[in-house]
Amino acid sequence: MWGDGLAHLTIDRNRCNRCGLCLAACPFDALKMEKEIIVGDDCRLCRICIKECPQGAIAIRGRLEDRGNRSLYQGVMVVAEEFAGTIHPVTYELIGKGSQLAAASGQEVGCLLMGHNLRSQAEELLTYGLDWVYLCDHPALAHFRIEPYTACLAAAVDRAKPSTVLVGATPIGRSLAPRAAVRLRTGLTADCTMLEVRPDGELVQIRPAFGGNIMAQIVTRHHRPQMATVRYRVMDPAKAGPSRGRVIPLRLTETQLASSIQVLEVLPKAQEESITDAKVIIAGGRGLKRKQDMDLLRALAHSLGGQIASTRPLVEMGWVEHNRQIGLSGRTVRPQLLIACGISGAVQFAAGISSCETIIAINKDRRAPIFDVAHYGFVGDLYEIIPRLLTHLGKGGRINAL
Amino acid sequence: MHIVVCIKQVPETRDVAMDPDKGVLRRSEAAGKLNPFDLYAVEAAVGIKEKLTGRVTAITMGPPQAEQVIRESFLMGTDEGVLLSDPAFAGADTLATAFTLARGISLLDRPDLIICGIQTTDGDTGQVGPGIAEFLGLPHASYVRSIREITREGLLVEQDLGDRIAIVSLPYPCLITVGKGIGQPRLPSFRRLLATKDFPVVTWGSKELGFGDEVYFGLDGSPTQVERIFPPKIEREQIIFEDGDLARQLYQKLVELKFVG
Repeated sequence: MWGDGLAHLTIDRNRCNRCGLCLAACPFDALKMEKEIIVGDDCRLCRICIKECPQGAIAIRGRLEDRGNRSLYQGVMVVAEEFAGTIHPVTYELIGKGSQLAAASGQEVGCLLMGHNLRSQAEELLTYGLDWVYLCDHPALAHFRIEPYTACLAAAVDRAKPSTVLVGATPIGRSLAPRAAVRLRTGLTADCTMLEVRPDGELVQIRPAFGGNIMAQIVTRHHRPQMATVRYRVMDPAKAGPSRGRVIPLRLTETQLASSIQVLEVLPKAQEESITDAKVIIAGGRGLKRKQDMDLLRALAHSLGGQIASTRPLVEMGWVEHNRQIGLSGRTVRPQLLIACGISGAVQFAAGISSCETIIAINKDRRAPIFDVAHYGFVGDLYEIIPRLLTHLGKGGRINAL
Repeated sequence: MHIVVCIKQVPETRDVAMDPDKGVLRRSEAAGKLNPFDLYAVEAAVGIKEKLTGRVTAITMGPPQAEQVIRESFLMGTDEGVLLSDPAFAGADTLATAFTLARGISLLDRPDLIICGIQTTDGDTGQVGPGIAEFLGLPHASYVRSIREITREGLLVEQDLGDRIAIVSLPYPCLITVGKGIGQPRLPSFRRLLATKDFPVVTWGSKELGFGDEVYFGLDGSPTQVERIFPPKIEREQIIFEDGDLARQLYQKLVELKFVG
């Protein structure tokens, strides 16, 4: 409803049968029975009536509660992402990071899985060291639609009371998390690349801003849960093992499951070789003189079983497709090997390669900032080094399979 | 048809200064421009208006000089402008920003459609659009890459979900966030420069928006706090090769690292 987001405790008149259980349960005498149940000013949003109501008629669309009693909120909840029965790999990365954060304070880590026909996926998630998986399984959740998914995440937070909620910074996560954070009236930090937990449970969230020119360290001091979306391919994924946790069904009311959005069709996007999946990347920058010199990089990529990529200027000149752009306005990559050829290494670019295992830089300018981020720097002309390297590689023969 | 387009003034460059005491960004020093993604939002809004007839209101939150981006949107075809400006709004995080914009929108004639850019180039969060939708209780679709059908009842849009596209319909009133796929934004019309010279921009502050018991303005209304801002630093062991046969040394390094063998 219009402006409804600004309300607090709401009672669904159609569901309420005036049984009066909520009045008896309310420790603050805040509810009055008139023609319908009236919520008085004494309501402290303690949620006791919500649990008590057999009709599921009471809901909270709360104000920015002073969730002052922070110890009520414990542990980490990871929001799993699923499509067509497959769990998105960022989920395992969130579980990896979430387990670390929970272990640091001796608390539990669990997962929320929403969708349809996902029982086996829920069991499989348990093998990644989770204490629990809340499974909300319903045909209405078969496709991502914002209203029921938000309701589900909010309901799971109400039940599990996690101190921290981690969501993948995917298009779906970046649509769902901000909406849920507003519903829960709590803080959300976007695109975190580093997360740490303080002894008192405070989550230290670090993210790039201004295109990676600045790193910001952010906390959610007074509100719980502390919510963060986390970049894909930054955290180390959890490893599977024996499962010890349990699957807990989470049921939503028809009202919570309702959506005015219809998903008519979901189509795969045209298959593209994605540099975000590449194990080896040969990246070019403004040290290249002509468009056809990209062939030199292609040959090197070919002989190392990798893909080519570039900085933004080359994309803008049309030498390289835009989906091969690395950096803040492009993609974040984490290959095992990245060779930066003729790249100066501006921070916008460097932000996209910070997770590469090994960075080799070739640049004529010894003062180029790329040498600050490279593990191995070769100060020389790429037009001399690469052709001769290709000759060596030609003789060497075998490329190690990655 | 009433369409509201939410826009933001962002720094011209990404070279920014910070306030060392408050730990917040100093926005006033840099010259501002309209957030590039908002150009697509304005284009979509004006395009729909032309198709269905109606009017477009541009709304922004920012310091007084943010009026400039409202004027810029007039040149692209928006009809009315609202600037939410008050020192009390400063330092807002995405929740407080979404709240303030939602409050401002709730004082307008009820819109059928709200359009935002997918994110800004300074904060890069993309959180404000969905936040506004939640405060107003409207359905939303983020990452709309194209609008397939526009009817009097609602929209049929393509959502870019990374590796796949979802085709979804939304009834009015609703909110969408749009990006590049929406089409080339029109250039500012200099004919409109004269025509819109006297268009008023309404300014509202906390006095106008601060009604009711639930208010989140600025730094005080923000659940998140920036503790510190620091330049990205990368600490790693490094070996630099400057002399001798660099191609050979590079080849040997690749062998040593087991990439070739």
